[in-house]
Amino acid sequence: MASDSRAVTDDVRKDAGGTAGTPPGRPGGGGFKSSPRYRTFVKYRFISGFLVVPLVLYAILVISPFLQTFYYSLTDWTGYSSDFSVIGFDNFSKLFEDDLFWKSLQHNIVLLIGMPLLALGLGLFFAFMLNVGGRHKRGEAASGVRGSKLYKILYFFPQVLSIAIVAVLWQNIYNPQGGLLNGVLAGVGLGSWEQDWLGDPGIALACVLVVMVWANVGFYVVLFSAAMGSIPKEIYEAALLDGANRVTTFFRVTLPLIRDNIQTSYVYAGIMALETSFAYVMIMTVNQGGPDHSTLVLPVHMYNKAFRDGQAGYATAVGVSMLVVTMIFAVLALSIGRRRDRLEF
Amino acid sequence: MTTAEPTGLATPAKTGPASPATAAKKPADSGGEGRTLNVFSHAFLVLWAVLAAGPLIWAFLSAFKSSGQILESPWSLPDTFTLDAFVRAWTKANIGRFTMNSLIVVVPSVLGTMLFGSMAAYVLARFEFPGNRFIYYLFVGGMTFPVIMAIVPLFFVLKNLSLLNTPQGLILVYIAYSLPFTTFFMTAFFRTLPGSIAEAAMIDGASHSRVFFQVMVPMAKPGLISIGIFNFLGQWNQFILPLSLNTEDPDSYLLTQGLATLAVSQGYKGDWSGLFAGLTIATLPVLVVYTVFQRQVQAGLTAGALK
Repeated sequence: MASDSRAVTDDVRKDAGGTAGTPPGRPGGGGFKSSPRYRTFVKYRFISGFLVVPLVLYAILVISPFLQTFYYSLTDWTGYSSDFSVIGFDNFSKLFEDDLFWKSLQHNIVLLIGMPLLALGLGLFFAFMLNVGGRHKRGEAASGVRGSKLYKILYFFPQVLSIAIVAVLWQNIYNPQGGLLNGVLAGVGLGSWEQDWLGDPGIALACVLVVMVWANVGFYVVLFSAAMGSIPKEIYEAALLDGANRVTTFFRVTLPLIRDNIQTSYVYAGIMALETSFAYVMIMTVNQGGPDHSTLVLPVHMYNKAFRDGQAGYATAVGVSMLVVTMIFAVLALSIGRRRDRLEF
Repeated sequence: MTTAEPTGLATPAKTGPASPATAAKKPADSGGEGRTLNVFSHAFLVLWAVLAAGPLIWAFLSAFKSSGQILESPWSLPDTFTLDAFVRAWTKANIGRFTMNSLIVVVPSVLGTMLFGSMAAYVLARFEFPGNRFIYYLFVGGMTFPVIMAIVPLFFVLKNLSLLNTPQGLILVYIAYSLPFTTFFMTAFFRTLPGSIAEAAMIDGASHSRVFFQVMVPMAKPGLISIGIFNFLGQWNQFILPLSLNTEDPDSYLLTQGLATLAVSQGYKGDWSGLFAGLTIATLPVLVVYTVFQRQVQAGLTAGALK
């Protein structure tokens, strides 16, 4: 496609007066080609030339499927043939009677609340230690602990790995046969704690949650580090003068100053939790959502309905419900923060 | 300064020398409380470092063990260091082929993403025209919606275009889904570049396209590198899209897809060290790329969330 844009270059050059070296549009050029209208024409031809490929790709592959989801959710489409009819909101009323839908929704809500809470909490603590929590060496009011650069690189490792790799890795860590977790427990004398981690319906979802937290903490450490780095050092100096210790500094200085970042991150983390739960559950868990549907989540339910059960229309209704859940979550998360704002100050 | 500022991408996020005024001051919490807290929090930091890197080291070491040793003593060092498992994973378990497949898709799509993303971003950042804002928000809005929601219709869109189960189809989809963030990021970047050089080039008779390719793109190099690495990691790690859109032929699986399938089948075949070798092969290049470019990666990843 690069040739397209090069073709535009040639056209423009040709029309602009033959050679690229002569200044077109300058006094002396004469005729239509030096008129402002021609320059406008060239400008718009350039703009449309540069926008057409990205826009067409984006419209066909991103916007149109997104909009089609809403339309198909009102049909009884199987996905196997092109025949279907519009059935109104039947798919949505079917959702209400679908036990697996409610179960998946419940699990997604656990992940939606739990993952951001734990990952952001740990991320905040580590970021504070790495940026502000160090001893005040060389008279700096705020400095990180020793080795903070190395920590930041290490903590970020899980984040750069594919979710598929993380899931395969942890599936093996949880494996009751030769898995790392049971091996470590036996090694430190806690052999009685050994479990079939992902095979126990009571704890399987928690095990998935732990992996998601593990994979995401590094991102929030780096993110909050960047936010904390933008706080002026003078503020820490003032706090230090007032005799604030690290705990007070954290809660009274750092936390309020980056609260906006935390709030956006919470929403972002929640959306991530919903989306990435697909790969974790598909790869890690017994029978993709088991045992006994104890780890089934909405994206996996949707995928099964569309590509396994031949209920593409119903699947898109699950998709629409995911959007609704995401939006409710985002609105709640953003408004709760605002209310707390009014109480505190 | 935050990393959200594109001009700050090439420089470390955390700077700021100490104010000389405080140089003589004694720390307020240098007493016993400070020290206890230091030991306590250092312990936490070390613990998480072990938790973050430990599983990776374990997987790496397990690739050298025999499958029997993995099952019997997961928590021990390998007896011997042979590369058998790596050879097995690369050839018999198809990791080599999956890696090739991933490269065939990801290399063109990263290049395409950078080209089309920066073309759109340049026009949106530096030209006034009706609909500019609308198109910008159309792209940026795409960052907020869950990809998984569109997967069912997307499958049929590709099927109708006869692009299902083809690398070309995946390349186009990867580009399209990377456009929102790339356009957003590069628009911000192009806005920060000085306009005077571009104007001078225009006066000298360069066309708009020439100005873009020969003046603006070289100036935007730091931003392009950041977004390029960011997109490489993101597309290399993609799982949902290949799983749903590239299903027909197991030989055409991408790395993540192939590895996930392998993990399921190894449970039955019992070649555990082969699986860990495959995991290591898939992990190491990404970790190396990240470690080399970690500043750009972190800047790229955090820029979107901070804005």
